[in-house]
Amino acid sequence: MCLGIPGEVIEFLPDQPDLARVDVSGVRRVINIGLLVDDPPRPGEWVLIHVGFALSKIDEDEAAAAMQFLEGIGQAYEDELAALAESRIE
Amino acid sequence: MTADRGAGPAQAGPAQAGWVQEALRVHDEQEHGRRGSPQPAPGTVREDLVLERIDRARRSRPRIREERITMAHGAGGKATQTLIEAMFLDGFSNPLLQPLEDAARLEVSGARLALTTDSYVVSPLFFPGGNIGDLAVNGTVNDLSTSGASPLYLSAGFILEEGFEVRDLGKIVASMREAADAAGVQVVTGDTKVVERGKADGCYINTAGVGLISHDLDLGVASARPGDAIIVSGPIGDHGITIMLARGELDIEADVTSDTAPLNGLVAGLLAATPGVRALRDATRGGVATILNEIARSAGVGVLVRENDIPVRTEVRGASELLGIDPMYVACEGRLVAVTAPEAAGPALDALRAHPLGGAAAIIGQVTADPPGIVQLKTAFGGTRIVDLLVGDPLPRIC
Amino acid sequence: MRFVDEFRDADTAHALSAKITALCEPGRQYKLMEVCGGHTHTIYKHGLEDYLPEQITLVHGPGCPVCVIPMGRVDDAMALAAEPDVIMTSFGDMMRVPGSNGSFFDAKARGTDIRMVYSPLDSLKIARKNPDKRVVFMAIGFETTAPSTAMTVLRAAAEGLANFSIFCNHVTIVPAIKAILDSPDLRLDGFLGPGHVSTVIGCRPYEFIARDYGKPVVVAGFEPLDILQSIYMLMLQLSEGRSEVENQYSRVVPWNGNTVALRAIGETMELRPYFEWRGLGFISHSALGVREQYAAFDAERLFAVPGVRVADPKACQCGEVLKGVLKPWECKVFGTACTPETPIGTCMVSPEGACAAYYNYGRLTRQRVKEASQT
Repeated sequence: MCLGIPGEVIEFLPDQPDLARVDVSGVRRVINIGLLVDDPPRPGEWVLIHVGFALSKIDEDEAAAAMQFLEGIGQAYEDELAALAESRIE
Repeated sequence: MTADRGAGPAQAGPAQAGWVQEALRVHDEQEHGRRGSPQPAPGTVREDLVLERIDRARRSRPRIREERITMAHGAGGKATQTLIEAMFLDGFSNPLLQPLEDAARLEVSGARLALTTDSYVVSPLFFPGGNIGDLAVNGTVNDLSTSGASPLYLSAGFILEEGFEVRDLGKIVASMREAADAAGVQVVTGDTKVVERGKADGCYINTAGVGLISHDLDLGVASARPGDAIIVSGPIGDHGITIMLARGELDIEADVTSDTAPLNGLVAGLLAATPGVRALRDATRGGVATILNEIARSAGVGVLVRENDIPVRTEVRGASELLGIDPMYVACEGRLVAVTAPEAAGPALDALRAHPLGGAAAIIGQVTADPPGIVQLKTAFGGTRIVDLLVGDPLPRIC
Repeated sequence: MRFVDEFRDADTAHALSAKITALCEPGRQYKLMEVCGGHTHTIYKHGLEDYLPEQITLVHGPGCPVCVIPMGRVDDAMALAAEPDVIMTSFGDMMRVPGSNGSFFDAKARGTDIRMVYSPLDSLKIARKNPDKRVVFMAIGFETTAPSTAMTVLRAAAEGLANFSIFCNHVTIVPAIKAILDSPDLRLDGFLGPGHVSTVIGCRPYEFIARDYGKPVVVAGFEPLDILQSIYMLMLQLSEGRSEVENQYSRVVPWNGNTVALRAIGETMELRPYFEWRGLGFISHSALGVREQYAAFDAERLFAVPGVRVADPKACQCGEVLKGVLKPWECKVFGTACTPETPIGTCMVSPEGACAAYYNYGRLTRQRVKEASQT
C-alpha cells in the first residue's frame, strides 16, 4: 500500500487535464496528476505513482547523480579487489 | 459524530477474549507434548529456539478455524491447503488420495491409470489467449500429463446461469473441441445443469480426465532429494496477470495473454529424454511458490531458488509491481515445474527447450537438505529470504 | 525496470557493505531505526541484513499505518460496513486486520458488501455506479496517502456526489517519531527517514531530531541500494560526529515537500486534538479528521459509530514491537498462536508489519543463511 512505483508519462487524456497515461515496464495505466499541478510532468518524464496518483516527479539529474555515486563505490570496490589480488605478501 | 473518547478505561470487546483464548489454547495443546524440554529463563529467549517452536507449530495437525468459507480457501495457498487436509483428506481418507498429487494413480486390472478433476470458475469467461473452455480442457490434460499419464478421455459438466447467451456457450464449446483436438483427447461424457439468474456467474465448468501410465516412473514430489534440480518450463505469472487485467476494474492495459496450453507433448518429450525426472507439477492457482512449498513439505527437504534465474515477462513484472503482488504466487496455466536428479537436469532442460512450449525453460534452483520444509530465495540483490505459502486471496477467481 | 533495477545491483551492495563495516568503531553497537514499514518490508524482502555487520542492529519503527490502528477503530469500521446499504471500500492491507468480531474478510464471508480497491478514486467510481448505496472509503495511511484521499474528497465535492464518504484514519509521522525519541526504553543512534512521507512533507520536519536530540537522520529510498546507501550516510555522520538531516532519496523527495499536496490536505482535513495509537497510547495532534466544511463526506458525522475504546488482547505485544523495544520473534505468541493466517495483532497481518515481514521473509537463522549464500 505504501508502494511508490516509478512510471513514465506517455500522454495526457484530451478531455481530462487531471489525468495522464503512464507506462510501468510495458504496462499502461491512467493516473491522476492533480498533485503536480504546480509543475506538471511532460510526456517522457518520470513520476512516482502511489494509489493511483502521481506524488512527485523523478528528477533525472538527481537519479543520475545517485547512480554515479553508487557506480563509483562499485568501481572503487573492484579496484580494491583487483589491488588485493595483485599484491601478495609472500 | 463519534462520541468523544477520553483516556478512560478501555473495554474488553465481548468476543475478543474468546477467539484469542482459543488461539492460545490450541497452541498450548500442541506444546503440551513438549513438557520436559528445558524452558529458557525469562529474558534469555534465543532466536533459534523461537524458530524451532515455530517449526513445530507449522507441522502440527491442520485445523479449520473459520466458521464460514472465505475467498482465501479458494486461493491455492495456506487456507486451501488446510481445508483440503483437514476436511477432504480427513473425510475421505484412503491411501490413493493421500499423496495429493495432480492426479490419483490407480491400478485397474493390471493397467495403470491416472484420474483427475478440476472445476473452472474463472471471471471473466473470455480473456486474451483463451476462455473458460480452453482452460477446462488444458487444465485437466495437464494434471494427467504431470502424473506421467497419456491423457485419453475427458468428461465435461456444465453449470449454466439462466440468461447466459447461447452464442457464448457455442464459442466455449468450439474452443473446447479445438483444445481437445490439439491435445489428442476426446470429451466422451458430460452433464448440464441450469441455475437461476444470479448464480453461476454465466458458466461454471467441471472436467474430469483419465489417462494411461505406460512407464515405470513413480513421479511424486515426495521423492525429491537434496541435490535435485528444479526446472520451470517458461515465464511465470502470465495467466493470473492476464485475468486481473481482463477484469477491467483496474484501468491497466498491457500486452499480456494467458499461457493456457496442453503440456502432454512437452511432458512426453521430457520423459523420453531422461529417466531422471522425479516429479512434475502443473503450476496453477497459487503459482510456482505453492509448488516449491509442496516439494519442501512433502519430501521434508529444503528448496533454494535464485530470483535472477526465474523467467518473468517484463509486462508481468511491471503489472505485479503496480498491484503489489509477487509473480511467484501468480497462476500459470501452461507451465510445469520439474524436479530432476542432478545429472538429468541438462538433458531435461534441452528436451524442454526443444519444444515450442518450453523455449524459455530454465533451471531455477535446487533441493537442499536443510532447512527442511522451507523454501529460500536468493534475491537478485544477493540476500536471502523465505518464500512461504500464500495467505489470504490477492487474486480471486483466477481459474 | 528503470529507476528500480539499477538500485538492486549486488556488486555495489558488497562495496557499500564493506564501507559500512569500515565505519564501525570496534566494540561499539549501533542501533538504527527505520521508521517506515515500507523500509522494514524491503529490508526483509531483499535479505538486506545479510549485508550488515553484527555491530549494526536495525530497529523497526511504528511507520506502518495499518499496524497502529487500535482495535476500537477496526470495530468502528466493521460497524460502518454493517450499516444497511453501505458498500465499504478499502485497500487490501486492511482486509484481514482482526477486530473484536473478525476482520473485513470474515464479514465479507458473512455477506457484508466490502470491496478491495487500489485507489480512493476506485471508491469514487463505485459510488457513481451505485447511486442507491452509500459508499464509505476506509482512509488509512500517513502523509503519503492523505493527499490522495484529500484530492478524492475534493473531486467528490466538485461533482456534488451525495453518497460518498471517508472513514478517516490518516496519521502523521512526526508525533510518532517524537514518542519514540522520548521513550525511556530506547537508545537509538540514528534514523532512516520515511521516503514517501517526505515527498509530501519534505525534509524540514525532521530537523528537530538532529538539532534537539542530536541524532542523525537520512531520508531513504525504498530500493535495497537506497537503504544501504542511507545506512552508509548515517554511519558516516556518526563517525564524523555530525547530526544532520540528509536526503538520500533526492531523485524523488523535494526538500520542501509537495505544496499542492499539503494544500489539499489542509483544505479538507484538520488535526484531531488527540488520537489513540496502538502501542503508543494517546498522542495529541497526531491524526487527521475531516473539516466541518466537508462534513458531507465524513463517515463519522454521517453515521453513528460506536467509538468504544478496546484494549489489545493481553497476549498481543504489537505495541512493544511497534516501538522497537521487542524484535518480532521476541513476542511471546509470534509464529505460534499468532501467524499470518491466524493473526492476533496488526503487526502480523499488515504487509508492512515487522512481524509479517520477519515471518514471511526473514525466519532463518544466520547460520543457514551463510550456508545458502555459499551455493
